[in-house]
Amino acid sequence: MDFLRPASWEEALAAKAEHPTAVPIAGGTDVMVEINFDHRRPEYLLDLNRVGDLYQWEVGEDTVRLGASVPYTRIMEELRAELPGLALASHTVASPQIRNRGGVGGNLGTASPAGDAHPALLAAGAEVEVASAARGTRLIPIDAFYTGVKRNALQPDELIRAVHVKKADGPQQYSKVGTRNAMVIAVCAFGLALHPETRTVRTGIGSAAPTPVRARAAEEFLDAALEEGGFWDNGKIITPSLAKRFADLCSAACNPIDDVRGTASYRRHAVGVMARRTLTWTWESYRGARRTAEGAA
Amino acid sequence: MRVNFTVNGRPQEADDVWEGESLLYVLRERLGLPGSKNACEQGECGSCTVRLDGVPVCSCLVAAGQAEGRDVVTVEGLADYARQRACGTGSCGTPLDEAKGWQAKGTDSQTGEGTGLSPIQQAFIDAGAVQCGFCTPGLLVASDELLERNANPTDADIREALSGNLCRCTGYEKIMDAVRLAAARQSEGV
Amino acid sequence: MPANGAPTKITQGSKTRGGIGESTLRPDGTLKVTGEFAYSSDMWHEDMLWGQILRSTVAHAEIVSIDTSEALALPGVYAVMTYDDLPTEVKNYGLEIQDTPVLAHGKVRHHGEPVAIVAADHPETARRAAAKIKVDYRELPVITDEKSALAPDAILVHEGRDDHHIGHVPHPNIVHRQPIVRGNVEEARARADVIVEGEYTFGMQDQAFLGPESGLAVPEEDGGVHLYIATQWLHSDLRQIAPVLGLPEEKVRMTLAGVGGAFGGREDLSMQIHACLLALRTGKPVKIVYNRFESFFGHVHRHPAKLYYEHGATKDGKLTHLKCRIVLDGGAYASASPAVVGNASSLSVGPYVVDDVDIEAVALYTNNPPCGAMRGFGAVQACFAYEAQMDKLAKKLGMDPVEFRQLNAMEQGTIMPTGQPVDSPAPVAELLRRVKAMPLPPERQWESSEGADVRQLPGGLSNTTHGEGVVRGIGYAVGIKNVGFSEGFDDYSTAKVRMEVVGGEAVATVHTAMAEVGQGGVTVHAQIARTELGVSRVTIHPADTQVGSAGSTSASRQTYVTGGAVKNACELVREKVLEIGRRKLGSYHPAWATAELLLEGGKVVTDGGEVLADLADVLEGEAVEVEEEWRHRPTEPFDLRTGQGHGHVQYSFAAHRAVVEVDTELGLVKVIELACAQDVGKALNPLSVIGQIQGGTTQGLGVAVMEEIIVDPKTAKVRNPSFTDYLIPTILDTPTIPVDVLELADDHAPYGLRGIGEAPTLSSTPAVLAAIRNATGLELNRTPVRPEHLTGT
Repeated sequence: MDFLRPASWEEALAAKAEHPTAVPIAGGTDVMVEINFDHRRPEYLLDLNRVGDLYQWEVGEDTVRLGASVPYTRIMEELRAELPGLALASHTVASPQIRNRGGVGGNLGTASPAGDAHPALLAAGAEVEVASAARGTRLIPIDAFYTGVKRNALQPDELIRAVHVKKADGPQQYSKVGTRNAMVIAVCAFGLALHPETRTVRTGIGSAAPTPVRARAAEEFLDAALEEGGFWDNGKIITPSLAKRFADLCSAACNPIDDVRGTASYRRHAVGVMARRTLTWTWESYRGARRTAEGAA
Repeated sequence: MRVNFTVNGRPQEADDVWEGESLLYVLRERLGLPGSKNACEQGECGSCTVRLDGVPVCSCLVAAGQAEGRDVVTVEGLADYARQRACGTGSCGTPLDEAKGWQAKGTDSQTGEGTGLSPIQQAFIDAGAVQCGFCTPGLLVASDELLERNANPTDADIREALSGNLCRCTGYEKIMDAVRLAAARQSEGV
Repeated sequence: MPANGAPTKITQGSKTRGGIGESTLRPDGTLKVTGEFAYSSDMWHEDMLWGQILRSTVAHAEIVSIDTSEALALPGVYAVMTYDDLPTEVKNYGLEIQDTPVLAHGKVRHHGEPVAIVAADHPETARRAAAKIKVDYRELPVITDEKSALAPDAILVHEGRDDHHIGHVPHPNIVHRQPIVRGNVEEARARADVIVEGEYTFGMQDQAFLGPESGLAVPEEDGGVHLYIATQWLHSDLRQIAPVLGLPEEKVRMTLAGVGGAFGGREDLSMQIHACLLALRTGKPVKIVYNRFESFFGHVHRHPAKLYYEHGATKDGKLTHLKCRIVLDGGAYASASPAVVGNASSLSVGPYVVDDVDIEAVALYTNNPPCGAMRGFGAVQACFAYEAQMDKLAKKLGMDPVEFRQLNAMEQGTIMPTGQPVDSPAPVAELLRRVKAMPLPPERQWESSEGADVRQLPGGLSNTTHGEGVVRGIGYAVGIKNVGFSEGFDDYSTAKVRMEVVGGEAVATVHTAMAEVGQGGVTVHAQIARTELGVSRVTIHPADTQVGSAGSTSASRQTYVTGGAVKNACELVREKVLEIGRRKLGSYHPAWATAELLLEGGKVVTDGGEVLADLADVLEGEAVEVEEEWRHRPTEPFDLRTGQGHGHVQYSFAAHRAVVEVDTELGLVKVIELACAQDVGKALNPLSVIGQIQGGTTQGLGVAVMEEIIVDPKTAKVRNPSFTDYLIPTILDTPTIPVDVLELADDHAPYGLRGIGEAPTLSSTPAVLAAIRNATGLELNRTPVRPEHLTGT
């Protein structure tokens, strides 16, 4: 095993180009477990800790460019307003110690369906900024990023630099079911973002299909129903039947398996419950914000 | 490979490090600092918690090479670290710049021998928070960091801050007591 | 001098500070908070090698061949050993039945069985070498449950059994069977107005001690070996290790290294023999440390169980009879299975008066992971079932569940189903009264001015509910556990106590082989010595095999038995000290000859309080030392047909009230409070007593809602050997645990104390389950309860 220590992003890309089998390691929260448990013996470890750019973020007009290694702790503490869904998801990641080390780049690189960040990124809307020494930078839409169980759209010579996440234009929520009240891997997870500017709703489901997925049919149903009922304008309460239909469609978007963490049927059920609850929470928040805005006007 | 970093204020060098070794392994097996514990080696128990550039992390998940040039505080250096912090905030009259320039002196600081205990260490003993003690070093580092950034935590705050540290003996009640006790003593300046 | 087993008169007062009854602090506390305390995995030796174990990847198979040549060729590898390299004819070990191969021979019987061992100069080299060992397996069908174990064509897990249980078991795939028959169940059933039946399942729990199995074996110049090890019983290890090494016991020196928790999981050997074999083979010190993955294969687990229960009761709420059958899965090797069967059967009735019983408990041999000792063994599984039955009966009778239990509660004088009278306090009804009387935690504590505090809700930080679907439930349970080794076992402990003058002060040294695993025995030994010898300074000598056996740190027995041995040795030392005083100083004061003399505050005093001499003056130039075995009163085996016999030494009782909040839609549980009341006889160290009760309670909580080793029924392979998927409670899963301690002396025990470590683990689980049932209305006949059970998905 060789340990590569690039001091800059350019050096990192060069190293990855030279050694495409090199395994990037940043927070180490996935890679080191595999090494400690003898599940993986990479030829090269590519340490990204000294690439300072990866720990920066920039809040732009419409998006936040979030460095791949920005620790979850920073996201939940400092990006709560811009990325509320991802901040909530970050708070559910493992333990304080892990949140201090791990970042979204690791979740994306591992591309486990159980990664906590995925549903929030899917719901918010995001693009993954990847780069290679040979071909430079490209942006991969989050919807095209997950290609299979623990597989992503990255080429062997590419590294993840950042993720460009759409700034919240409305309430976002995130829920995750685990069989422990802290430090637990998701049995399944759900992210929901209201986008009042486009009058759309986006979702993200974790751990209930081979990859993180969106519940597109549910989104389309809800978009249409909200539009048709004038909900965005009148701020009416979402009826239980509407919420139930949305929840059912979210459940139907799952393609889960039975494993030691839970059964497929439970996952489907739980995603539905989380969909209904997060819809209620976000919609109530939207209504509250509307009323406040109206009151101020 | 060779790795150079600072542990408990003292420059350290480890040679012939296998690239897959963790910071935890280097501390325990190469630097004679076994206080950080190897309970799960998968980031699920917190027994190996150390401060890496001030931040609590699981040292089992830090590749040894990633510690290059960085600053590590382990349970063995916790008492000195707490003392220097107290000095840094002026409560022992030491100027801040001196505290920043802190270096542990001699082997005593490495092993904890001959030094007093930090308030959180004393509180763990007094409250009965130590049984088998295997989780204790990690809990101490995590608790100390909690009280550093939140001098008066609620019970829910304590539970959240320590939710990454498993204990199998105590049922956590006495650990809660210990952190409350340390916070109370801290606020009374005891 | 008190006779062995007889009640010991308390003559020493409480004038010496730091004696029994005080919450003195741990003598190892400072070392443990500074990181200096040396646990077994912290051992280090110049020039040491690292041992690695190659384990079977399948559960049941014939070993066709093993090829170690590539492993041996790897640079840095010093030794590779298989069954063929074992030095003597003794190739098996075991606590009671020597059925466990040191290294697999011809066959593997469970997933993760040790097949070969390697020593190398770096752990990674050892791992790579182990991976290069080629083992060719021919797989066999797996036996995973009672049906497959007892099928007519079932493969025998152990061919040619010749242990002492084979004569009375109905099938060779049954390790041990214990029936208990008393009264007449058929007649009693006819008197019953209600009958309640239940079939209960208890999942496989892991001790999950945090300090992994580890130790260091150092070869010695005399051809022997010195093993620094974390264990629960040094002498039991020694008895099993020495014959395999072909060494006399005196050439195998054992020193207790720091133990990172045990809970039963270190009663059996793990890496002990392997490290010694490699050390003797290479002539170098060898360290072995399991990682967490290996730890799940490296020790026995709590027996999973199926429990079939039938109770009857009259309409005024009196239990009529119990008919039950308990099937424990012992896995591939016997370990403590026979004793677990004895406990499960003899305690299957719970702390209740039932005169007519028909009980049977068996432990199976299967290809599942071996199961053995874990805190409360046998009694834990039974308590889960009988307490569920009590709630069902109360419900059917329209009675309050606590009142129903109190109506049937045993008390001093009750005759157990084994025919043994309960001859010390049994405050079962009182414990229930006390937990019920504690104030309830306020409702909806999660509500705050800033909305719901998810940390206090089911799901916790995962943000699954802000109160939706959350229902509160309350449940009660009470349990009974035996203390000490039962069924005629010669359960003794040895203590060596020395008293001498050091630096002008009388100092006592207590030397035992007791394994301090975190329970605080070392604290208590010092307290006993202070109380009995009137000194303030007590040195606790490291535990090793240079002193006689202290028995096991299990069965809630150490404070009773080794504590009793320390007390006894101190009393003998005290007599000798007084003899010296009379000889040296008797002429100076008549009271030396006439008065009752005590040692207090470093002085010899009369019972009237007059100081006769300073202990330092009495002992000047003379040291007093006593090493003596001490026994509790003897027990008898249970009759193999009727289960009758005075099998137990002492009983221990605890009751719990659980308050839970369940997210009924997602099936997630938050335990809000777990109140406990326990009779401890005498709290030698109240702080430690409460710590034990809270810790035991939490382990019971774990197996109620999350902890289970999941074994694939098709392959008998363990599916979750990690802390990622075997979950134990975090601090956010653990509620406040108020404890009410009752001290009703057992006159048969030293200081009237009662063993305390296990009882709280029993009733915690069924109390939580009862509370969840109360919240959800579901029947819930298995533990741990999982979200899918609560949501019907």
